[in-house]
Amino acid sequence: MYKIAVVGDYDSIYGFATLGLSICPVRNREEIREKLRSLAEEEYGIIYITEAAAAEVGDELEKYREKTLPAIIQIPGVSGNTGAGVEGVKKTVEQAVGSDILFGGVS
Amino acid sequence: MAAKQVNPTRMELTRLKKKRLTAIRGHKLLKDKRDELMRQYLDLVRENMEVRKKVESGIKSANRNFVIAKAGMSEAALNTALMAPKQEIYLEAGEKNVMSVDIPAFEYKTRTADENDIYSYGFAFTSSDLDGAVKSLADILPDMIRLAECEKACQLMAAEIEKTRRRVNALEHVIIPETEESIKYITMKLDENERSTQIRLMKVKDMMLEEAHHYKEKE
Repeated sequence: MYKIAVVGDYDSIYGFATLGLSICPVRNREEIREKLRSLAEEEYGIIYITEAAAAEVGDELEKYREKTLPAIIQIPGVSGNTGAGVEGVKKTVEQAVGSDILFGGVS
Repeated sequence: MAAKQVNPTRMELTRLKKKRLTAIRGHKLLKDKRDELMRQYLDLVRENMEVRKKVESGIKSANRNFVIAKAGMSEAALNTALMAPKQEIYLEAGEKNVMSVDIPAFEYKTRTADENDIYSYGFAFTSSDLDGAVKSLADILPDMIRLAECEKACQLMAAEIEKTRRRVNALEHVIIPETEESIKYITMKLDENERSTQIRLMKVKDMMLEEAHHYKEKE
């Protein structure tokens, strides 16, 4: 039985608490790193992370890319959409195909 | 040009021929695997992009609703309202095997069946905007779970495709040509040995006949 966590600045994520997701408000890079590591070790199946927070710890996320669980998914925060999530999808296409043949023109 | 030094023996030749057969067979299988993975991946990644766009716009409007809700009431009241969530979500993570890639399959259950349990507060002290905001967030949750499933599957499959592609290329462009080169080298070397033995025998025969009959002296 797994749980779902949301990581990011408090203003972006406090709403998710009402749905029963665990929210982990973080403020700086060290906290994000620390929190991600502890969440990944616990019973969390999905970790949503705001794009702003994900940008701070890019290399940390790479470690979890090839593991089945947890799935770390970027979501836009309250300050707006940075396009990092869409960028991530394009990156996988590039990895698989060699070049972005699907969404190259559309962005 | 033989890339590696090989012993020109019959045993080595048999070994290499077997190796070439295995490599060709492996190459064919891996190529099929790559093609099938790619086909499924392309479908999945299209869905991934669609769901992501939906979720992102959903979260955007939910966030807007929350900001409006926050503006309509005091910070303390809002924090109190959201302090103790009633609802909880449990996630079941199964595994699905797609062409030897384990991709997760998520299914979620809420602690209570009542969908109104997302409102963790009495309605007396909160603005109605907050209800709308919470509802809008609850509505996109199924899509968010689907997004997690899709995106993770895409990442895993992309990694596997990359790996398989490398293997296919290594077999096609390195292992198979190298083995063939070695086989050719050994065959030629063995033929050459054969011919030199033949010639040597003929020479020896000539010499022995000469010794026995002294043809040269009779002329």
